[in-house]
Amino acid sequence: MSKHETTAPAVRATGIGKTFDTKAGPVQALTDVDLEVAAGEFVSLIGPSGCGKSTLMRLVADLDGPTTGRLEVFGKSPAQARQDQDYGIAFQQAGLLPWRTVADNIGLPLELHRMDRSARAARVAELAELVGLTDFAGSYPDQLSGGMQQRVAIARSLAEQPRLLLMDEPFGALDEMTRERMQTELSRIVAETGAAVVFVTHSIPEAVFLSDRVVVMSPRPGRITTLISTGIGPGVVRDEQLRETTGFFEKVTEVREALHGAPVGSSAREGR
Amino acid sequence: MTIEQTSLRAGRPRARGTAARVRATALGLLGLVAVAVIWEVYKVFGPDDGVVVAGHRILPRTTDLAMPHVWEMVARLLGPTTSQAGAAPLWLTVAQAALVSLGIAAVGWVVGTVVGIALGVLMQMVRVAEHGLLPWVVLSQTVPLIAFAPVLKNWGAQIEVGDWRWPQWLSVAVIASYLAFFPVAVGMLKGLQSPPRTHLELMHTYDAGRWATLVKVRLPAAVPYLLPALRLGVASAVVGTVVAEVSTGFMDGIGRQLVSFAGQASGDPAKAWAPIFGAVVLGLVAAGLVGLIGLALRSYRRGEAT
Repeated sequence: MSKHETTAPAVRATGIGKTFDTKAGPVQALTDVDLEVAAGEFVSLIGPSGCGKSTLMRLVADLDGPTTGRLEVFGKSPAQARQDQDYGIAFQQAGLLPWRTVADNIGLPLELHRMDRSARAARVAELAELVGLTDFAGSYPDQLSGGMQQRVAIARSLAEQPRLLLMDEPFGALDEMTRERMQTELSRIVAETGAAVVFVTHSIPEAVFLSDRVVVMSPRPGRITTLISTGIGPGVVRDEQLRETTGFFEKVTEVREALHGAPVGSSAREGR
Repeated sequence: MTIEQTSLRAGRPRARGTAARVRATALGLLGLVAVAVIWEVYKVFGPDDGVVVAGHRILPRTTDLAMPHVWEMVARLLGPTTSQAGAAPLWLTVAQAALVSLGIAAVGWVVGTVVGIALGVLMQMVRVAEHGLLPWVVLSQTVPLIAFAPVLKNWGAQIEVGDWRWPQWLSVAVIASYLAFFPVAVGMLKGLQSPPRTHLELMHTYDAGRWATLVKVRLPAAVPYLLPALRLGVASAVVGTVVAEVSTGFMDGIGRQLVSFAGQASGDPAKAWAPIFGAVVLGLVAAGLVGLIGLALRSYRRGEAT
């Protein structure tokens, strides 16, 4: 992390807790979460349903406020970071506006922030090319496959050139083949933009393949149990060969064991 | 996926749409013919005095007075309105009256639509307004304003601004708008509340305000809800116009013509049916014009199931 010392970390969470008031009484979604995501770092949040991984991401996005603790995004409050458009976001549902073309969906944030028409068109064309959808700029979302819709959503999240990308299971609804292709694409896009990423996922191989670090979380109450460095590093090209290396398999096993309560060799990892 | 596949996919629904439209038109015409056939068959085989069960007549008399032949009704439309020399053909007289009513209904519909949309937006933007207004909007439709039409006409007659005097047709239009605004207000509110949470949260992450969210997300999302509401509204406006014309005693529209020609039915039974056809055509034209709005806004209806 030494090379990022000059800039504030993308995310710094200290003692974060989140309690939801439900009809059945208060539910503790997150407790005592400490996490730092460096600028340019790719961090995955993984864990079973109810572990609070999406909640944590929503707190960073200022879609919800923490009950306790301190949360900073590039050294600012999440609300300020949102107003400054420091982050881009993508959800499991692509969330495209069905009455807008691909180009108009990608350009929506720019339009809202009053970028002038010609500059916007140029930026949209650039983004469409980045996600490989130049030929589909005039198509409507219902004419696209799920994977293509998700690419539009990713392009849209990159529109304001954010330094942080927040992604909540963006490939969760895709089939395995499309999913792997999208992972490769995403790692290329992220490498090109240099943005930090907080990536929420259910999939162990996905987390290992994409991330510099994997944050393993556990439910009731939601908390971080283990931090695992994948050791793949931001500079490494993530391609199909990577999926077949021994190192990759070992990390997948390590994350799996951390998720399932570490049957073997747990003492060795607790030192991390 | 290749571009060819996509354009194919985009093209197919359009082709299916044309076939479906031809089919729908054919079925519609077939229905019209069926009604005429049933009419004539019943007229031939039904008893002269109608079908009477336990002292109640459940089907009408089949005399020429009660049920003129279909062709007599059509022939009557082409004949002169009155026996006076130089009288205009009946269809023209009916068409002129229907056109007057169409104009009044259009004014009522436009006013009702504007008010309905404004109320829908207000109720969506201000939660207090939804709780405070919606019950009144619903309650408003239980008040039979048509029954108060003569009172409304008198109120209107007292309004004078400089040289301008409240014309009688405006009372009719106000009543039509009163009936038309209701489906629009309710449909608009429902449509504005229809965007999924993802879209709204996305707008929040873009730091978009309430107005931007309204214009970019809520209003376009409301279109598929608004269009059927506009169709309901125009039907209400036409019915309201016809009935209000009768109860305010407005002379130039199709409503008054329905009553006066019915009064001549004993001597000229086929003539009474002419304004009824006029009213039907009036309703169809009004609904068709609103349908054109749906065509213009079709790109906002992509989310609709086809």
